[in-house]
Amino acid sequence: MRLTNKPMDNAPHNDEPLSFNLSGVWAGVKQSIPINIGVFTYGLVFGILARQAGLSLTESLLMSGLVFAGASQFTALGLWVAPLPVLTIILTTLLVNLRLLLMGAVLHPWFSRLNFFQRYVSLFFMTDESWALTMSQFAKGKRNAAFLLGSGLTVFVAWTSATGIGRTIGSVLQDPSRLGLDFAFTAVFIALLVGLWKGKADILPWIVAAIVALIAAQWLPGKWYILCGGLAGSLIGALRHAD
Amino acid sequence: MQIDPTVLLTILGMALVTYGTRVGGLWLMDRVTLSKRMEAWLSYIPGTVLIAIIAPEIIKGGPIGALAALATALVAARSGNLLLAMIVGVGLVWSLRTLLGWV
Repeated sequence: MRLTNKPMDNAPHNDEPLSFNLSGVWAGVKQSIPINIGVFTYGLVFGILARQAGLSLTESLLMSGLVFAGASQFTALGLWVAPLPVLTIILTTLLVNLRLLLMGAVLHPWFSRLNFFQRYVSLFFMTDESWALTMSQFAKGKRNAAFLLGSGLTVFVAWTSATGIGRTIGSVLQDPSRLGLDFAFTAVFIALLVGLWKGKADILPWIVAAIVALIAAQWLPGKWYILCGGLAGSLIGALRHAD
Repeated sequence: MQIDPTVLLTILGMALVTYGTRVGGLWLMDRVTLSKRMEAWLSYIPGTVLIAIIAPEIIKGGPIGALAALATALVAARSGNLLLAMIVGVGLVWSLRTLLGWV
């Protein structure tokens, strides 16, 4: 997959055509292979932990297939005690996934032009990974909104199948970090960032995002640091932007 | 097939609120008009969110993580190839950890 560094216009112009078809789905499928190595590894770990937490195979698969959000699923396992704190788990899931609200809002310039089914089916498959890949496509000027669906479908297959395998085989892959696989996500996100670089105007927002995320990761539980860093950095960027 | 009703309820609740966060942002943006400044704000989010995701991971990875992060970024910038960048990053982490005896 090619990434470019050239300056780009983030939002589409109204007269530019936006497509949603199979070639977009296929592009999403093909370009998601690297990221799915990471997804698969984490899915295996999730399956193994789900078994330890006492979830049956069916229950593990249901959670991965219906919730389909890694961070919140791991958090839920941490809260998985008898009797099950149903409301606590659901509310924690909501909090962990609040960042998806922001990510969905960012898709608006493109997705506002899709029909009801295209939008609301595609969005089920929006994950950190498929969203990041889709944004890098849009940043390069690609105009096929079905990319998210294709990318998300592959993430879905990798995540659910790895959950099933991990739940079944138990503890074969005890320590993925030995193989450096814990770095797979970070590596892919770094490469995507390189493609999102627009120029000097990004320096300050990105530094602020990193610092705030690091501080938040120290003091706040779960994935709050993503929302904190992302908001702080982008707000700094907007403040410097003249109206 | 083994499903506990309480577990099913919990999973369905988790699924519902998660789908809500997935569609909520777009739904909301359909109903408000944004100023230029707000649009600029949203345009910064992809980069800052990605930075926020990886910054703690890189720090957690120590010197090896930082070195691998730098190498990954360089390969991505020079080659523009996502898969290659990832293989270099993961390969570097793996070989350095093996070489230095698991840090």
